[in-house]
Amino acid sequence: MSAPVLEIKNLNVGYGLGDQGVRAVRDVNLTLHRGEVLGLAGESGSGKSTLAYGLTRLLAPPGVVTGGQVIYHPAEGEPYDVLGLSDERLRKFRWAETAIVFQGAMNSLNPVHKISVQLTDVLRAHEPKMSETSRLARAREMLKLVGIAADRMDAYPHQLSGGMRQRVMIGMALILQPQVVIMDEPTTALDVVMQRQILGQLIELRERLGFSVIFITHDLSLLVEFSDRIAIMYGGRIVEEAPAAAIYRDALHPYSKGLLGSFPALRGPRRELTGIPGSPPDLKGMPSGCSFHPRCPKAFDPCAGNIPVLGRPGTGDGRTRSVACWLHPTEEPVG
Amino acid sequence: MTIPTSSIEQVIPGQGSMAQPEAGKPAKAKRQRFLFLSNRKAAAGLIILGIYIVLAIIGPWIAPFDPGARGEDLMQGPSSEHWMGTTHLGQDVYSQLLVGTRSVIFVGFLAGIVATLLSVIIGVTAGYVGGKTDEVLSALSNVFLVIPALPLIIIVTSIMENAGEWVVALVIGFTSWSWNARVLRAQTLSLRRRDYVEAARATGERSGRIITFELLPNLTAVIASGFVGTVIFAVLSEITLAFIGITSSNTWNWGTILFWAQGQQALARSAWWWFVPAGLAIAILGTALSLINFAIDEFVSPRLRSAGKTKIKTNSGRTVRMRIGFTPVLSNSPEPITHASPIPVVDHNGATPVVRKEHAS
Amino acid sequence: MRFFLQRVAFYLFTAWAAITLNFFIPRLIPGDPVQALITKYQGQLSTKAIESLYVLFGIDKNGNVWSEYVEYWKQLFAGDLGLSFAFFPTPVSEVLSDSILWTLMLVGVTTILSFVIGTGLGVLAGWRRGSWTDGLLPVTTFFSSVPYFWLGIIAIYLLTGPDSFFPSGGGAEVGLVPAFDMYFIPSAIQHSLLPALTILISSVSGWILSMRNMMVTVSSEDYITVAHAKGLPERRVALGYAARNALLPNVSGFALSLGFIVGGTFLVEIVFSYPGIGFQLFQALGANDYPLMQGIFLIITISVLVANLLADVVYLFLDPRTRKEG
Repeated sequence: MSAPVLEIKNLNVGYGLGDQGVRAVRDVNLTLHRGEVLGLAGESGSGKSTLAYGLTRLLAPPGVVTGGQVIYHPAEGEPYDVLGLSDERLRKFRWAETAIVFQGAMNSLNPVHKISVQLTDVLRAHEPKMSETSRLARAREMLKLVGIAADRMDAYPHQLSGGMRQRVMIGMALILQPQVVIMDEPTTALDVVMQRQILGQLIELRERLGFSVIFITHDLSLLVEFSDRIAIMYGGRIVEEAPAAAIYRDALHPYSKGLLGSFPALRGPRRELTGIPGSPPDLKGMPSGCSFHPRCPKAFDPCAGNIPVLGRPGTGDGRTRSVACWLHPTEEPVG
Repeated sequence: MTIPTSSIEQVIPGQGSMAQPEAGKPAKAKRQRFLFLSNRKAAAGLIILGIYIVLAIIGPWIAPFDPGARGEDLMQGPSSEHWMGTTHLGQDVYSQLLVGTRSVIFVGFLAGIVATLLSVIIGVTAGYVGGKTDEVLSALSNVFLVIPALPLIIIVTSIMENAGEWVVALVIGFTSWSWNARVLRAQTLSLRRRDYVEAARATGERSGRIITFELLPNLTAVIASGFVGTVIFAVLSEITLAFIGITSSNTWNWGTILFWAQGQQALARSAWWWFVPAGLAIAILGTALSLINFAIDEFVSPRLRSAGKTKIKTNSGRTVRMRIGFTPVLSNSPEPITHASPIPVVDHNGATPVVRKEHAS
Repeated sequence: MRFFLQRVAFYLFTAWAAITLNFFIPRLIPGDPVQALITKYQGQLSTKAIESLYVLFGIDKNGNVWSEYVEYWKQLFAGDLGLSFAFFPTPVSEVLSDSILWTLMLVGVTTILSFVIGTGLGVLAGWRRGSWTDGLLPVTTFFSSVPYFWLGIIAIYLLTGPDSFFPSGGGAEVGLVPAFDMYFIPSAIQHSLLPALTILISSVSGWILSMRNMMVTVSSEDYITVAHAKGLPERRVALGYAARNALLPNVSGFALSLGFIVGGTFLVEIVFSYPGIGFQLFQALGANDYPLMQGIFLIITISVLVANLLADVVYLFLDPRTRKEG
C-alpha cells in the first residue's frame, strides 16, 4: 500500500459541552493513502459527516473537536497536525491541500455571485500573485475538465441544473490541485444516471491528477463500485474497514451486512433486500457496550457490556482489514 | 414610531429556513411551549406586560388624585404628595399616568385583536385557497402595506370629530393588518405544501377542519408575533394622535399628558417631570413587547437563539470562541478518550474479552 | 424586466387605490364643510374655487358619485389639489412644493443613512455573535421603543438653549432666503442636525436587529461553510458571502417599512417646527384644512411608492435571481 496522506488519530468530535454535550465521533482512527478512494458509509446519524467536517474544523457551533490529531503529509516537507494549525495557516491549508464537495449542491454555491467569481476568488485568496486573466483562464480550464462549456462562466447558480452545479463544485474543488478531496454525499440530490456519470468522471480525474478521495455516503452500493477501501461507521465509531471487494464479498460486522442488504446492487449478482430492523442510536443515550447490539441479530453475552475495539480479525484475509465486533475477536488493535 | 422589525425576515419566503414553524407532534409542542416561558426575554417581557395590564385595571382606583382636578401647587416638581409633580393647572402627573394606562392598553389590545383577526382571515385564506383569491387578497394587503398607515390614521381620525378610544382602536386595527397578513400568507403557503397537509387534503378532509386543526396550531407563533407587533404600533399611534391633539382630550392617555406638556411649554419651563414619565412608560412597554417578540422569533427559528456559552476553555487552559468556520479544538492529544488501556489481547479459544466500560462523557 | 414591469403595474394600482381612498375620505365628513368655509371666508371665495371645493368634498348637489370621481381625476391631472384653508388662498400644490424639499432632505437623507449605518452594525453584530456587539442589543431595543417625537423633546430639553450650538427648531435662521448660498445652506444643515440625529437614533436599531438576525440565519447556509472551506479571508466570507445575501431581505424590508418610518419622522418635524410636510400636516390639522391634509396624504403615498420602486430597482441589481433568465 502506498504512503499515507492523511492520518486520523483518535479523533473525537461532539456537539455542545458539559452535561448537554453529545459525542458524535468517538476515537476514530483512519488512514487515507495516496491516490486511493476511501469510502465512508453509515446511516444518517452515524457520524460520518461530522467526521468529515470535524477533521477540517468546519463544524458549525456547537460542534467541538474534543480530541485527536489529523496528521497531514504534504507532497513535500514534514507532516503536521491540521488540528494544531493557527487560523491563518488553516485558511491557507484549506482548499489548497484538502478540498470538499458538499452535500446538496443546490446550496453550496453563493446565489448572488457568478460562477466565474466563485471560482476565481479561491485563486485570489490562495495565489495572490496570479493575474486576473490567468485566473479566469484557470477557471475556464476547470469547467472544461468537468465538462461544462466555458460560456457558463457568466452564469449564476440558479441558471444551472443540479448536475451542472455539482460539476462546478467538483471543478472548484480541484482548482488548486489538492491532494485530498472530501466528498460528502456529493450526488444524493441527483438522479441515478447523473450520479454514476459524475462519479465515473471523478474517478477518471483522480487517475489523471492523482488526488485521494474520502467519499462519504449512506449508499454502500455506490461505494462498493467506486472506492478502493471502505470504512463503515456506526454510533460515531468505525465498526469495520476493509477493501471494497472484501466488504462486498464477506462483510464481517453484522451492521455492514445489514447495510449491504439495504441497497440493491446495480452490478453483480442479484440478492435479497433485507434492511436493518430498528433505528440508529440516539447520540444522547448511546447503548452500553457495542452500540449496535440492540439491533444486532447476532448479539451475545459480551456485546451489551463491553465496547469491542477495532482490530485485525483473526480469520481469513485479516492482514488488510479490521473490524470491531465481539464475533471477530481482535489479535492486534489498530491505531 | 418603530417598525415591526421582528417580522421583516419572515416576509420573504424561500430565504433559508427561517421562521419555519416546527411541525411537531403535540407532545413536543407542549414541551416547547414550556421552553418558551423559560426563555429569559419572554419571561421579562411578560412580567412587565403583566404589570401594565394590572395597572390598566386598577390604575383609576389607586390613583391618588382625579387626573383632571386642579390643585393648589402649580408646576411643582416631584414631592411626597405629588410623586411626579404637577401640571400648570396643579393636576397630579402620577395620577394622569396611572389613569391613562387603561386607555393605552385598551386601544393597543383592541387594535391588535382587530388587526390579527383580519390578518388571519385574509392571510390564511390567500395562502390556503390560492389562485385568483390569493392574487386579489395579496394585492389588497400589499396596497395597505405600502400606503403610509400613520398619516392615513391621522387624517381619518381627524375627520371624525372627537374620536374616542373605540374609534381610534378600530381605525388603527383596520389599517395595520396587512403586514401580518403577508407573513401569514407566506407561512400558510409553506405549510400547505407539507406532507401531512397534502395528505389531509388528498383524503378529502374538510378545509375548515384542516385549517383549524392542521394549519392554525402551526401558525400560533407567527400570529402571536404579529399581534404583539400590532399592539406596539397601535400604542404608539394612539399616543401620537393624542400628542398632536386629534383625539378627544377628555380621556387620559400618555399622549394626552405629552400634548398638554408640549402645549404649555413644559420644555421651556424645565418641567421635565411632566413629559419624562409618560415617555419612559411608553418606552418600557414597547421594550417589553419587543422582548416578547424576540422570544417568539427565537422560538420559531432556533438559529437566532443566543449561542449560550460562546467562549470555551481548551484542555490546555486557553479560551477559544465558538464561531462558524473554525470549530474549536479542545485537545490535540492523539490518545483515545473512551478508554485508555489496557489494549485488548484476545484469546482465540474463547476466553472472556477484556472489559472496558465506557465512561459517560 | 418582467419583474420590474410587474412592480410598476402594482405601484400604479396602489396609487390608484390611494387616490380613490383620498376621494372617499372627505365624503365621510358629517355636515357641509364647504358651506362652513364659505361663511368663514365671506365673499373671498370665487365661484370657481367654491365649485372645485364641492368636487373635492363630494357634496355636489347635482352630480352623482361617478361624475364627481371623473371630475376629481381631471383636477388631479391638472395639478389642482384645491385651495388651502390655512394658507388661504394659496393652492395646496404650492404649499406642498415649498415644504416637500425640506422633508426630502431631512427624512430622505436620514432614513437612508440610518439604513446604511444600521445594516453595517447589524453585519458586525451578526458575524461576531457573542462578542461585545451583543451588548448593544438591549440598548437598541429600548431606543427603538421610544417614540420619535418624545426623543425629540428630550433632545431639545437637554441639548438646546440660548448658548447651545443646536437651534431648538425651524428649518434655518429666520430671515434667510432659501437659496444655494453660503448663508442659507450651513444654517439649514445646523438646524437639521438635531432632528436628523433624533430620527437616526430611534430608527437605526430596527435595522441593526433585522440585519443581525439575517446574518445569523444566513451564516448557517451551506455556501458560507463552503466559503470557509475554500480558505477565503474572513472579510470576504463575512461581506461577499454572508452580508451580501443577508442584505437582500433587508432591502425588501426597507421598502416595505418606509410607510411606517415616514409616519414616525413627521412627528419629529412637528416637535422641531421643521418646515416640512409633517409640520404642514400638523398645521393643517389645527386649521381643519382638509384639502391640505388630502394633498399631503397623496404626496406622502406617492413618495413612498416611488421610494419603493427605487428599492425594487436596487433589489433587482442585488439579486440575480429576479433578473431575466439568461
